[in-house]
Amino acid sequence: MGLDRRVFMGGAAVAASSLAMPYGFAKGNGTPKVVVIGGGAGGATAARYLAKDSKGALDVTLIEPSRSYYTCFFSNLYLGGFKNLDDLVHSYGTLASGYGINVVHDWAIGVDRDKKYVTLAGGAQVPYDKLILSPGIDFVEGGVAGWDILAQNKMPHAYKAGSQTELLKAQVMAMPAGGVFAMVAPPNPFRCPPGPYERISMVAHLLKTHNPTAKILVADPKPKFSKMALFQEGWGTHYDGMIDWIGPDFGGDNVVVNPDEMTLSIDGEVTKVDVCNVIPAMKAGRIAEVAGVSDGRWAPVNAKDMSSKADKNIHVLGDAALQGDMPKSGFAANSQAKVCANAIRGELTGSKVFPAKFSNTCWSLIDDDDGVKVGASYKATDEKIAKVSGFISKIGEDAATRANNYKESEGWYAGITKDMFG
Amino acid sequence: MVSGLRLFLMTATGIWFGFLLLGQAAFAVELGDKEKGRKLFKLCKNCHQIGQGAKNRIGPHLNLLFGRKAASIDGFRYSKGIKRAAAGGLEWHADTLSAYLENPKNLVSGTRMNFAGMKDLDQRMDLIAYLRLFSDNPADIPEADPTISDAGHDLDPAILALKGDPDYGDYLSGECTACHQTSGQDDGVPSIVAWPEDDFVRAMHAYKKQVRQHPVMQMIAGRLSDDEIASLAAFFANIKE
Ligand SMILES: Cc1cc2nc3c(=O)[nH]c(=O)nc-3n(C[C@H](O)[C@H](O)[C@H](O)COP(=O)(O)OP(=O)(O)OC[C@H]3O[C@@H](n4cnc5c(N)ncnc54)[C@H](O)[C@@H]3O)c2cc1C
Repeated sequence: MGLDRRVFMGGAAVAASSLAMPYGFAKGNGTPKVVVIGGGAGGATAARYLAKDSKGALDVTLIEPSRSYYTCFFSNLYLGGFKNLDDLVHSYGTLASGYGINVVHDWAIGVDRDKKYVTLAGGAQVPYDKLILSPGIDFVEGGVAGWDILAQNKMPHAYKAGSQTELLKAQVMAMPAGGVFAMVAPPNPFRCPPGPYERISMVAHLLKTHNPTAKILVADPKPKFSKMALFQEGWGTHYDGMIDWIGPDFGGDNVVVNPDEMTLSIDGEVTKVDVCNVIPAMKAGRIAEVAGVSDGRWAPVNAKDMSSKADKNIHVLGDAALQGDMPKSGFAANSQAKVCANAIRGELTGSKVFPAKFSNTCWSLIDDDDGVKVGASYKATDEKIAKVSGFISKIGEDAATRANNYKESEGWYAGITKDMFG
Repeated sequence: MVSGLRLFLMTATGIWFGFLLLGQAAFAVELGDKEKGRKLFKLCKNCHQIGQGAKNRIGPHLNLLFGRKAASIDGFRYSKGIKRAAAGGLEWHADTLSAYLENPKNLVSGTRMNFAGMKDLDQRMDLIAYLRLFSDNPADIPEADPTISDAGHDLDPAILALKGDPDYGDYLSGECTACHQTSGQDDGVPSIVAWPEDDFVRAMHAYKKQVRQHPVMQMIAGRLSDDEIASLAAFFANIKE
């Protein structure tokens, strides 16, 4: 790649000391500073594109507590046995060494919007000219009666990938013969609309081999979900009789869990379950509230550059943003990040700003070689990111098309993770 | 030579190729002369056999071609390009054959069919009428093998001549690199780096006109202007990584 390979010393200690300079430094007499909070799908892409395209004209800092990023995308395939955990993990090494991004492994705990700096849990203050937030999601407290974050070991969400995903898989593998796997599905809007249903498919796939008499119970507050017809077709074809999906008509929206007893009550009817995957209602990662750019749930943004409606020097990407028609997906976060990076670079360095354009495609695997996809393209209007056109896999497609979808999704995963982490 | 969206029609006197000009008057021309087609098949004979006892040679045999999925003859070693097109839904019908014969790269980048292309629509129709003799029920063309479009596929030379802006292409490429790798590595999504610009432009316009089948690519290309396609071609042609 034709960019300067500036060598950076890694490590939070070095990073923190270099940040001890006064916050006013950046303005006027230094390289403009962009700080990115969150090194996931949106944040890593934004940092990489800013550094790559500005060729040293911007000083890019990425704040992310974890040293490895486990992708949620493809984590269901790990549950199903199609991928190993190692396949999901990505490091920040290339962003630091190949792109000169200052990667700081710490939590951001405060944002001073007047003086324009971020406070880290370790105490350092990081000045910015532009701040990007891509903190992903947190769960709404009290979203599922009986469940809170302290119960996540007994009833995992596995909606932030890593140890939770491993835990959920171990629990599925340890189910007694003929046991019950339950899922409490989330209300809209939430991260990855087809995610819970792809997960059901993958758990069913695993159980079909390891525990064929086991049952799957899904309590869902939504009457409809993403790719519903495709999933239902697939469940009928591959896992006939194994999956009971209970929508709001039958009380799927009236759920209480008891993690100590391992019970799930749907409309008052209590079932003893062996595994209970609780996916609670979601909101923007907490730092969005701390920064004061959230409406209480999500952070409203302007579509043309993903800038916050509350502060033009803060941009919000990915799941945390309230942007309009795009689903909350890694693909979408990656797409938004590039539009945002282009706009920020234009503002800070005078480079040409091209019109915003977004797209998204989500592949889901239902069983061996049975992949489906849905996608759309979007444009920026004054009020939102608006859908332009889209497509979805068809019911009853031939096997070759479905097999090809899966193959394509593997290509997409390889491509997009390179696009994020270099 | 006529262009537009065509529809097959049958008449008592023979097989006709009809024209359905969207929102305009429809008219029809005869679908080719099989005798002329037989002579034109000389152009194909070096590589393809057809008729009783036909075997695969450099190219696959062409019996029972109509309605067949591309790259579907067992035992023939197809190019990666055509296998990919087949997985994307390419089937052989009069419209796809016409597009392919006009310029194989309209439909299949990286095809091994080394054929300069047959620019003349009438000739293509003659050849297709001949090929059709070796598929089931040739008399039933419209019913047995309906087809909806045979747009003028070949690109206006002015479009091929457009000079793209690689910087703009660089920005636009962000939409491509969510799936296609700039290293040229292919893990299930094909490489698009270092292609001849013409091939790139042809491929994108074929998606845009929905002559090529891939839904993601149709969506992406559908939103790109001629200049944007040229810019992407210019950017990806010169990528070094
Ligand atoms: C089961 C499942 C399957 C999925 N499948 C797909 C799929 O197939 N395709 C697809 O496109 N998407 C998929 N997704 C969705 C995708 O994972 C998310 O939409 C995407 O990760 C959102 O990107 P983001 O940048 O908004 O957040 P994230 O990727 O979650 O990144 C947020 C980062 O911010 C960090 N962070 C949070 N708070 C702070 C703070 N205060 N300070 C510093 N750092 C902080 C976190 O540690 C995290 O690394 C799936 C999700 C799930 C759960």
